[in-house]
Amino acid sequence: MPEPAAVQGKRIAIEARGIVKQFGQGPSALRALDNVSVSIRENEFFTLLGPSGCGKTTLLRMIAGFEYPTEGAILLHGEDIAGLPPFKRPINTVFQSYALFPHLSVWENVAFGLQMLGRPSAEIGPRVAEMLKLVHMEELAQRRTDQISGGQAQRVALARALAPAPKVLLLDEPLSALDYKLRKEMQIELKRMQSETGITFVFVTHDQEEALTMSDRIAVMSKGKVLQIGSPWDIYDKPAERFVADFIGETNFLTAEMVGIGGGTARVRLRSGIEIPATIAEGYTPGREATIVVRPEHARAVKTGGQLAGKVENVVYFGTDTHIYIVLDEGGPFMVRQQNSRSQSCGFEVGDRVGIDIAADAAQVLRD
Amino acid sequence: MASAADVARQEEGRKIRSRWLLSAPALVIVFIAAIGPLLVMLAYSFMTKGDYGDVKPAFSLDGWFSVLFQRDMFDDTLSLADAHLSIVWRSVRLSVITTFATLVLGFPTAYFIATRPRNTREVWVFLVTIPFWTNLLIRTFAMQQVIRNEGILNSLLIWLGIIREPLQIMYTDWAILFGMVYVYLPLMVLPLYASLEKLDFRLIEAGYDLYAGRLAVLRRIILPLVKPGIVAGSILVFIPSLGAYVIPRVLGGGKNLMLGNLIELQFGSGRNWPLGAALSITLMVLVMVAMLFYVRNAARSGGGHG
Repeated sequence: MPEPAAVQGKRIAIEARGIVKQFGQGPSALRALDNVSVSIRENEFFTLLGPSGCGKTTLLRMIAGFEYPTEGAILLHGEDIAGLPPFKRPINTVFQSYALFPHLSVWENVAFGLQMLGRPSAEIGPRVAEMLKLVHMEELAQRRTDQISGGQAQRVALARALAPAPKVLLLDEPLSALDYKLRKEMQIELKRMQSETGITFVFVTHDQEEALTMSDRIAVMSKGKVLQIGSPWDIYDKPAERFVADFIGETNFLTAEMVGIGGGTARVRLRSGIEIPATIAEGYTPGREATIVVRPEHARAVKTGGQLAGKVENVVYFGTDTHIYIVLDEGGPFMVRQQNSRSQSCGFEVGDRVGIDIAADAAQVLRD
Repeated sequence: MASAADVARQEEGRKIRSRWLLSAPALVIVFIAAIGPLLVMLAYSFMTKGDYGDVKPAFSLDGWFSVLFQRDMFDDTLSLADAHLSIVWRSVRLSVITTFATLVLGFPTAYFIATRPRNTREVWVFLVTIPFWTNLLIRTFAMQQVIRNEGILNSLLIWLGIIREPLQIMYTDWAILFGMVYVYLPLMVLPLYASLEKLDFRLIEAGYDLYAGRLAVLRRIILPLVKPGIVAGSILVFIPSLGAYVIPRVLGGGKNLMLGNLIELQFGSGRNWPLGAALSITLMVLVMVAMLFYVRNAARSGGGHG
């Protein structure tokens, strides 16, 4: 699998190997993680993405040391750390609830980890100041933690976790409690801090947009399994499974007939009888039928021609683009996203006959 | 001309002023039941003792004088009242130890309860309160059954072969200590539990995450956060311990008096009411000073959280 340039050739910082986490025993046992393996490289911004209950937080807590795997190993720079308690792991966490100590000031919160490590106060002072500067909280250092806003608490939690200079920083949905605008700001801030500090970030989120904009690589998880690991581009443009394609962005699923495979590409025959080329997901097992995906922005609505035909069911204007919802002649929906221009509308109205022109490299065959 | 708003405001003010009437019954009871008797005690402590108890309405400092000093029967020389001082010292010492022991025993208990699933916590709290259903005197006699020479504890230790002769626990300070720790333990557990239940356990995880070991998490995170519970529990245990009467009487025998017993003695067979009154006020002042000191201290070291 191709890897983004930013992480290529870097050493592996954290590796989870064949992790199984089972809660309870017997038939009522719940498998929170089912044979999960991921390798996270140094200085990588790695995201665990999935809906709630997919096991992403359990995996994160396991790396932090709050949960122990039923089976499998967690390795930090090649050494098994599964037996180490959290306070012996050079890994810090930014908690979803921030978990700032209410009896300590902002300054004392940030200094806590360094004090626990037994660093001399001559070192702690400048380090805390540096961290508070990094998160733009120098002026509020003496505030109590209940006297600061949610966004500020978020920054303090980040400074507190970064202060001991951990090898790996874990972030458990740290932005979910912030409003939209602040979240956008913090996304950029987080990215900046990651590149400034050179620390490996493991980020947990259920927000696919957040994952796409921030990550070097993403692991998409569902029901305790990792379905696909790859760069945002991989995950979005070359989804391996229906779940991945569906969870990330909007997409069109089509059933097609496999005509021939060769050299990593395939030719598939659509229901309309027209053959198109398609890329193939890793792990695809050849069969007669295949499910292919086409992203809405990789197809155009045309008056005549196109590989598929249908009838316009709805047209929704979104400012930057217009979504055209189409019912295909052979049944099933198809959505096209078209860039808007100032001079004219998309040119289609509800009830119009429409052709769909799929771009030459747009189709991907799923493995399931 | 008064506007409608002014009228409304005046009306509101009148209502607020008349509200104190609601608390009048409570104020009356506080005065009659608490402050009144205290004033009587204060007055008695400055009077002359009667021949068969009671007081004569004549001013005298003898009562206060005898709190600290005693006059020799034969040559009238003054000396410090060693007996009184040793009783005060014993009371303070045993109360401090009791408070500390209940804290050490009560904290893990309260922590255990606070970390149970929500629906079973109620059961545990209920179990802690069961001793309150029984009269203090009966509980104290029950304790006697446990620690007396032929009692359960000694029989068990002899049966196990740990000791040959029974331990003399009854009528020692140890007996008083056992009794007080047993009786006052729930008063420590309940406020501690109330504090611990409110504790956000994610903060403990955050502590572990930031390289704090178990002891450091306890000292730097849990204890500061449950300080209000520790203060409340300590006050609830220390005050009744200092004035304990039944427990030292039953378990301490006649020799090991505490302040409560000494006061009772003066109003009873000692027939020295002014001294008894002066001792009572001394006890009260002791408690107040200790509390002031303790609460101040706790508030200061508790940082902004108190």
